[in-house]
Amino acid sequence: MAGKSEMGVSGAQSTAVEVDRVSRRFASFVALDQVSLTIREGEFFSLLGPSGCGKTTLLRIIGGLDLPDDGIIRIGGIDAREIPAHRRPVNTVFQSYALFPHLTVRDNVAFGLKMKKVPAGEIATRVDEALAMVQIASFADRKPAQLSGGQKQRVALARALINRPKVLLLDEPLGALDLKLRKELQVELLALQRAVGITFIFVTHDQEEALVLSDRIAVMRAGKIEQLGEAEALYERPRNRFVSQFLGSCNLLEGEISGEEDGELRVSTPYGTMYAALQGESLVAGRKVTLAVRPEKVAIASPGEAGTNKVPGTVEQLIYIGSETHYILSTPGGKLTAYVMNSLLGPLGLEIGDRVTAYIPSSALLVLED
Amino acid sequence: MAAPGAVGGGQGPAQAKGEIRFGEHLTAGMQIVRSAMTSGPGIGWVSLFLLLPLAGIGFISFMTRGANGEIQWPLTLDNYHRLAGFGLLGFDPQYPQIILRSLVLGAGTTLACLAAAFPLAFFIAGQPERRKQIALVLVVIPFWTNLLIRTYAWQILLGPGSTLATLASALGLVEEGRPLYPSTFAVYIGMLCAYLPFLVLPLYTAVEKLDWSIAEAAADLGADRLRVFRHAILPQLTPGMVAGIILVFIPATGQFVVPDLLGGAKTVMLGNAIQQQFGPSRDWPFGSAIAFVGMSVVLLGLLLQSRYSSRKGEEGLL
Repeated sequence: MAGKSEMGVSGAQSTAVEVDRVSRRFASFVALDQVSLTIREGEFFSLLGPSGCGKTTLLRIIGGLDLPDDGIIRIGGIDAREIPAHRRPVNTVFQSYALFPHLTVRDNVAFGLKMKKVPAGEIATRVDEALAMVQIASFADRKPAQLSGGQKQRVALARALINRPKVLLLDEPLGALDLKLRKELQVELLALQRAVGITFIFVTHDQEEALVLSDRIAVMRAGKIEQLGEAEALYERPRNRFVSQFLGSCNLLEGEISGEEDGELRVSTPYGTMYAALQGESLVAGRKVTLAVRPEKVAIASPGEAGTNKVPGTVEQLIYIGSETHYILSTPGGKLTAYVMNSLLGPLGLEIGDRVTAYIPSSALLVLED
Repeated sequence: MAAPGAVGGGQGPAQAKGEIRFGEHLTAGMQIVRSAMTSGPGIGWVSLFLLLPLAGIGFISFMTRGANGEIQWPLTLDNYHRLAGFGLLGFDPQYPQIILRSLVLGAGTTLACLAAAFPLAFFIAGQPERRKQIALVLVVIPFWTNLLIRTYAWQILLGPGSTLATLASALGLVEEGRPLYPSTFAVYIGMLCAYLPFLVLPLYTAVEKLDWSIAEAAADLGADRLRVFRHAILPQLTPGMVAGIILVFIPATGQFVVPDLLGGAKTVMLGNAIQQQFGPSRDWPFGSAIAFVGMSVVLLGLLLQSRYSSRKGEEGLL
């Protein structure tokens, strides 16, 4: 079954947001180009891409803060184009937090309910609940200026979630925080999403963050979705160069299809003849293709070993990063990167200049679309 | 040099005389010397040319007018009594009325300027960069002309037979043949033109600095346009608005040339009441009392407002 299909394992889930051929242009700049996607109820969905790829524009259009030039947005099955931002059943956590500077934490969180004219007694209870949920009850009477970045982030979350939206939109909410705090909040955010069961649409340019948090990810570039799927599927089977490089890193081997053998594709590359497990690629001998392999799937063997998918090389550089060591090998075909876990057996004991053989299992070699 | 704790040698005797190092610790004495060097001239200027004369006026307001207008003893509260309405001929609310009238003029001018400045400030801020500069110059240009000349110009523009007067009567706004000037309307037109820039400029600066993401957050949380303005835009504009209100309200309260020239010189304002006492009436003690009360009323108003808003945690006028 193709990875693009919306009929995954959980086909029974209903749709929270449907984006149908949405386009948005700013003067001559195309921010979104006929983007279509479906977000399921209750899932943690990420829009991942470099800055300027249109991910924030798409989020703003779903939230009603921007309008599409073309296309339809449906929220809970209802056409949302005519619904202004303040009446959409969605709430946003802004990148800059956008807390009301003149209001206390409590009043910030209460704002949405006050706008909906919820009775004061109920507001008080729900604000207390929301503050406790994100663990900022002790800061209730402070002003935003007296809070740290992480605390502001919690207020922004509570302020949005208290309205019990159908969908919560998060625009790089952890972007301004330092790495340690970001990782802590990632864990909390995920737990929170599971607890409240609200659909989260999360915009980020941090591929690791997207992998950690998301049920599904849409990788975007230049106003288009490059690939959409579950985190593991995206990482293990990137469709093209961009996705393979943006989500993690990849060795790319350019070559030309020369035939098929025992269910494996034979490709001649500068690194030698490579065999890649067939995954339904159209087989045209002579077609130029790019093969990709994740560095952690490249094995390092003793020099002189010969066989299929084995490439002789020398260690050009090695980077010890604790849990693993990164080897950059120089081979006749070019550079090849291998990540080797420093497991119980310890590092390989290689030094720069040592001759080795790199082994790329055929099952780890992917054939990219471009 | 070997002095204990002489980090970096800055405190040692080797330090060059008169050399200023930022961030170093000063002795209490040096602290005073430094403060005097930096803020001394400003404090001195204000003390000598503002506080001292003001104290003099305050003192004079408790003295007595001599038969020929000289200032003489004894000290008395009579001036303030008279100001409160208890004159030689029994109770007469003339002076409280003058103060009230001036305050109404000040407040009315401020309101008119606010009403005009808001759309103007947003309009200018919404223009492309080049046109913004031009618009700001246009706002300031009237200042290149003397206030009196501008006010006389309005006499002509609003006078009998002028285009505006003809138009107004054609629209039925005024009776046929009646001029637009002198009138309260003319006074407010003149005041608006005289003080609008003082409100537009600080307000425009505040609009330029607006964080629109806060407005978006308010809309996202369910606020319609009106409430977005009330809860997300207005609080951000308050400091600029407050600065502008002070700049307009205080001088507008003391203004008497414009109401004189455009209102038909029939009404006495705070400004010309004071001028009358210091000039023709030659009653400096009473003039000082009027000046002092006028100033106190304005300051008191600002003080009350700032108390009120600081209790609400907002920016005050002071």
